[in-house]
Amino acid sequence: MSELKEELKGKIIEQLNLEDVSVADIADDDALFGDGLGLDSIDALELIVMLDKDYGIRLSDPKEGRKIFESVQVMADYIEEHRTK
Amino acid sequence: MKKVYINSIASISPQKTYDNCNFLDEITEYNDTVIFAQDPDYKQYIPPAAARRMAKGIKMGVVASKIAMDEAGIETVDAIITGTGMGCMIDSEKFVSAIIDNNEQYLTPTSFIQSTHNTVAGQIALGMECKAYNFTYVHSAISFESALLDAKMQLENNEAEHILVGGVEELGAHTTKVHRLINHIKPEPVSISEVLHSKTEGAVFSEGTNFFVVSNEKTKSCYAELVAVETFNTLQKEKVSEAIETFLKENNLKLDDIDLVVFGNNGDVDFDGYYNKLSEGIFSKTQQVFYKHLVGENNTVSAFGVWLASKILKTQTVPEIVKINKINSSEIKTVLCYNQYRGQNHSLVLLRKC
Repeated sequence: MSELKEELKGKIIEQLNLEDVSVADIADDDALFGDGLGLDSIDALELIVMLDKDYGIRLSDPKEGRKIFESVQVMADYIEEHRTK
Repeated sequence: MKKVYINSIASISPQKTYDNCNFLDEITEYNDTVIFAQDPDYKQYIPPAAARRMAKGIKMGVVASKIAMDEAGIETVDAIITGTGMGCMIDSEKFVSAIIDNNEQYLTPTSFIQSTHNTVAGQIALGMECKAYNFTYVHSAISFESALLDAKMQLENNEAEHILVGGVEELGAHTTKVHRLINHIKPEPVSISEVLHSKTEGAVFSEGTNFFVVSNEKTKSCYAELVAVETFNTLQKEKVSEAIETFLKENNLKLDDIDLVVFGNNGDVDFDGYYNKLSEGIFSKTQQVFYKHLVGENNTVSAFGVWLASKILKTQTVPEIVKINKINSSEIKTVLCYNQYRGQNHSLVLLRKC
């Protein structure tokens, strides 16, 4: 699980071009949207595509993302449970 | 009709031109076939949250526009008009590569949103919260001049008071590879001192941006009066001199009235003849300068020619590095910029000291 969380942090930084952020700067429970990393709706779409491409998880309702992308911890839990690859 | 003035300028190029206090004081030597723009401190101008989705071309355009706006001393404009021949190549390549690599699946929005030709003008408007006229011209080597002509007409007719106009190009790896394959890029490295006398085909490719605030009122920072702009999609080599003389006549000028001519020589042995014919012909007694040995070739690099002419007119100095011949005008009052790319899309921009 901790390996997956590190992997997710790296992917978030790389795919969302968070130039000044390192893996160590993101705590497992940090909010990704709003006051936390400050991600926005375009980033949410990028993360939905990442779930599908890298973990085989297709979200039928994009609104589900709101809960799933709450923090790296929540994302990792969801991926562990639903991943197909 | 109102007169049109260039009230501020900004340039990001392969030379250190982003600081308006300098005028080619320090030259960066190149010996290459492709040269990249020197980066200013983008973070000084763009908040990190906004910058993270911007490719180099967008960053360069946004920063150059801010430098030009600061120098003009204005907060907003009545129009933002840009020109770009190739648009936002880096994100276009990223988006198209993703389509191919992922078998048309998993397409992400960012590179698509940022890949359109009008992204730069759009981002400038967003940053400035400017909801006025916003337009981008895409027409190969006369993209910038088309934008400049639009701005000039609006200002002359008093439809606008201040317009931000500029040209921007960025280098994309795949596009550069394609241009190399079709021999539009020089086969071997050329140093800046060799460009003018190069015996090979193609040009040294580059990227960069140049922005100007043009207004129908002269301000303290004024560089030059923009007298006339004309473009030609096609023009035979034998007809260029005649076209220039007609252009000057339409502006009540004779060849003798031109104190300095800015040529767009890029060292392509197949096409520099257009300039050489003028250099040895109608302008043989006129002071001549060029700039592509310093900043390379791209679809809107002719805007650097206008930047150079503006600097010369304001400072009344001509850096040694840009001189083609040994003629020195005692006072530079009228400057003509002539450019073409691969024998097509010719442009004439006439500037006067203000």
